[in-house]
Amino acid sequence: MTAASTPPMIRMAGVDKFFGPLHVLRNVQLEVPKGQVVVVLGPSGSGKSTLCRTINRLEPIDSGVIEVDGQPLPAEGKELARLRADVGMVFQSFNLFAHKTIIENVMLAPVKVRKTPASEARKTAMELLERVGIANQAEKFPAQLSGGQQQRAAIARALAMKPKVMLFDEPTSALDPEMVQEVLDVMTGLAKDGMTMLVVTHEMGFARKAADRVIFMSDGEVVEDSTPEEFFSAPKSNRAKDFLGKILTH
Amino acid sequence: MGVLTRNIDLFVHHFANTLKLFAVSGIASLLLGIFLAMLRVSPVPVFRGAGTLYVTVVRNTPLTLVFVFFVFAYPYLEIIKFEFFTAAVVALSLYTSAFVCEVVRSGINTVPVGQAEASRALGLTFTQMLGSIVLPQALRSVVPPMVSTFIALLKNTTVAAGFSVREAGAIRDALSELGEDTLTGMLWVAAIFVLLVMPLTYLQRVLEKRWSVAR
Ligand SMILES: Nc1ncnc2c1ncn2[C@@H]1O[C@H](COP(=O)(O)OP(=O)(O)OP(=O)(O)O)[C@@H](O)[C@H]1O
Ligand SMILES: [Mg+2]
Repeated sequence: MTAASTPPMIRMAGVDKFFGPLHVLRNVQLEVPKGQVVVVLGPSGSGKSTLCRTINRLEPIDSGVIEVDGQPLPAEGKELARLRADVGMVFQSFNLFAHKTIIENVMLAPVKVRKTPASEARKTAMELLERVGIANQAEKFPAQLSGGQQQRAAIARALAMKPKVMLFDEPTSALDPEMVQEVLDVMTGLAKDGMTMLVVTHEMGFARKAADRVIFMSDGEVVEDSTPEEFFSAPKSNRAKDFLGKILTH
Repeated sequence: MGVLTRNIDLFVHHFANTLKLFAVSGIASLLLGIFLAMLRVSPVPVFRGAGTLYVTVVRNTPLTLVFVFFVFAYPYLEIIKFEFFTAAVVALSLYTSAFVCEVVRSGINTVPVGQAEASRALGLTFTQMLGSIVLPQALRSVVPPMVSTFIALLKNTTVAAGFSVREAGAIRDALSELGEDTLTGMLWVAAIFVLLVMPLTYLQRVLEKRWSVAR
């Protein structure tokens, strides 16, 4: 590694993944430079979630290489935990810790993993809750919040670790329509601030507006890799044309 | 009433031992039981196997046999010498922990898998995930069966009477030596047990109420 070339934030090379006989990721090649916002599109079952989850090794891969910020993913253990701390993840179903208040949710990992003093962690947590617009919900439990508020809390929780990159797996799919925009606004703000992001979503508006790059997956393969303009106006493959035809019928 | 008032010292002494057995074995079984449950959900197959083996063997052995082993057979191995009281605590703890383990494990199974995934994604280690996220939620969901396990432990302490520990189960013999009416004595013993279980039932209600809000 020379001083001039910084490693990509995410690098996947020749990645294959099987669930039993099912080949869910096929020879995936992907490099995401720092600060890029990548939207992953594709039909259901094409492997988008799996791709997302292999990047912090929630799913181990069968062959190939995955590197985050130039560092290959270690095997399960302390070192992997350290790497995961640098990779923020936001789930479709929020997964806030049900027995902890919103502020405790946001403070927990900084205190437990980063050993940040509680007072400092609380201050940062409040700032983050302010930023995602739910500071007034800090002392409530997750079940007392709306879906949109819970997802914004989950984003704040991930940001509290000061991650180098954020992974989103369909962050708005479980939300009532009127709450989708408030979450997308937070994500758009993050993208503007220069966060490296990989976002699995069906929100075409977000893809057009906030993405630098669109990746289209089908049957575990990356079929297209282009800018949003190119992808939406002139998709190359039939599979992408098919997909867009189904999704963009307004 | 006469049997009780005439022999109040005897009752107090024996029930004090019952409570001591219960308290020490209770804490030990809770800790050991949680530890066993952690083994049983561990990603390491050897740990899982060890946990399963322990629970299978101990849970299917009559308590009296566990006692027989620790009070009579174990001393022949000449590893560590136990007092009868200590032997009783060990036997009760080893036995009860197998039940605690299964209660905790059933609680762990009620915690949605997303909770563990979110913990891992944040960089928590396996033990941090269990300790801070999964176990607290698991324990909240198993208050009633856990309290039942401890009520059973309280009553199981009477088995120790057969092994020279002077607790509540030994009151009958003590009274009979004094020429007292053992049947009335036994009714008093039963009544006192009912009294002792009441705080446990109360604790169950308080915990259920407190934790239902937090979920
Ligand atoms: N844990 C698992 N065990 C077995 N098969 C799985 C598992 N997880 C996913 N799969 C299968 O792998 C394939 C890819 O799944 P994945 O969840 O990555 O798709 P996706 O593109 O995210 O789909 P969706 O849009 O429905 O979320 C699917 O066929 C799915 O059924
Ligand atoms: Mg998915």
